[in-house]
Amino acid sequence: MYYKETVRQMHSIGVGSLMIIFVVSFFIGAVTAVQFIYQLDGTFIPRYYIGYIVRDMSIIELAATFSSIILAGKVGSNIASEIGGMRQKEHIDAMEIMGVNTASYLVLPKIIAALIVIPLLISVAAIISIGGGYIATLYSGSFSSEEFIQGLRSFFEPYNVMMMYIKAVVFAYILTSIACYQGYFVKGGSIELGQASTRAVVYGIIVILIADYIIAVLLTG
Amino acid sequence: MIRAEGIYKSFSDLEVLKGIDFTFEAGKTNLIIGKSGAGKTVLLKILVGLLEATEGHVWYDDRDLCKMSKNALLDLRMEVGMLFQGNALFDSMTVEENIMFPMDMFTNRTYKEKLDQVNFCLERVSMEGINNKYPSEISGGMQKRVGIARAIVLNPRYLFADEPNSGLDPKTAIKIDELLLDITKDKNITTIINTHDMNSVMEIGENICLLHEGRLAWQGHKDEVLESTNETLHDFIFASPFLQRLKDRALSNTPNS
Ligand SMILES: Nc1ncnc2c1ncn2[C@@H]1O[C@H](COP(=O)(O)OP(=O)(O)OP(=O)(O)O)[C@@H](O)[C@H]1O
Ligand SMILES: [Mg+2]
Repeated sequence: MYYKETVRQMHSIGVGSLMIIFVVSFFIGAVTAVQFIYQLDGTFIPRYYIGYIVRDMSIIELAATFSSIILAGKVGSNIASEIGGMRQKEHIDAMEIMGVNTASYLVLPKIIAALIVIPLLISVAAIISIGGGYIATLYSGSFSSEEFIQGLRSFFEPYNVMMMYIKAVVFAYILTSIACYQGYFVKGGSIELGQASTRAVVYGIIVILIADYIIAVLLTG
Repeated sequence: MIRAEGIYKSFSDLEVLKGIDFTFEAGKTNLIIGKSGAGKTVLLKILVGLLEATEGHVWYDDRDLCKMSKNALLDLRMEVGMLFQGNALFDSMTVEENIMFPMDMFTNRTYKEKLDQVNFCLERVSMEGINNKYPSEISGGMQKRVGIARAIVLNPRYLFADEPNSGLDPKTAIKIDELLLDITKDKNITTIINTHDMNSVMEIGENICLLHEGRLAWQGHKDEVLESTNETLHDFIFASPFLQRLKDRALSNTPNS
């Protein structure tokens, strides 16, 4: 029973969010490249740094944080209104009567699904973002493919990838648990449901950014 | 038999129930009646254990609901069926899956056994052949019946129904009432029904509990309603001028008046 529900959630979080993650990551990478090219102009920083900067920016910060903020909006509001709707339509009461431990049945599959799928989405986001940076760099006309790739292969720190996954897992947990909480304890009618889903998004984003800062301090110190 | 003993319930500063003592008897259709907002749903949810009373006890025969361990509560849940005010059918599941849900939770039956039981219950509520429909594809009255089918699928000893016939046309409403009465007699179960439908009261009110301002205002059998001099009861039952006239007519027609 939990298995089936977890698979359903994985599908809804994963496949449902792939497109938006694609689009956003691509442009985040592209913008990073363009901005760096602009700042590079007239400095003595080696040109191939472009690939290195895009790669590390994507892996260390942009992929995990941006994707999670987007997912807090998309998945968070979705979860909060799904669970909240079930609360209001007495589905949760009905499940309790039928012997379901609703707190775990409704929350656990979502958190497990998020912990599996969101790190995967963030890996995709990092790759697409680097790809976006690559294309933007070539498109700028003043850089060669070799320069970008040389940068891409320089100063690689596996530790940074681990940092990305730590962030991914922490952010996934934050955004789903906040959304589940907001949905589970919703009262009243559709106005309250709307407010709960907004709160899920806003609190989710704020807590993710605070956690981002804390992780950055802890892991780079 | 379910017994409520000194039930009090408040939400922050709103006192909804102020000391309810009542015995809901086995083999009878017990009705909780009262105006909208009188606290019927709250009382029903306290009786099934979905809400916690601020004070008081609920007895299932000789078992005290408030003192039950987690496991004992789970055992009790197997003996309880409930129809919710808004049906509470799961919209991501078909009718069949909805009715199977309690069996999935509580039993290890094979699919075939579960399917037989589903079909038996659907037949019981005259809804054969809609196994693969989704709740959104059937009408409100049909949803009610499917809700009843789900509530009785495990042959409960205690059956709760929150306004089983609100929003239904009078004919369907009466059918649902008869169905609930049938099931009650059939298995000698304790059935508790919330309603503010006068037809139900007069048709199946074998043991009526009238709530008014958080207290028990009147209790009795449907046959005692007309003779009763209780004002709250009369205000409630004969709320419409039409019924008021009907009642006056009925009383003036009795031979010894
Ligand atoms: N969870 C809750 N929090 C706060 N107040 C509540 C809650 N549930 C019910 N109430 C209040 O308790 C009172 C009784 O509500 P209840 O739902 O039991 O009425 P009811 O008799 O079932 O009415 P209806 O016939 O309209 O269903 C209402 O005033 C309601 O506002
Ligand atoms: Mg009610």
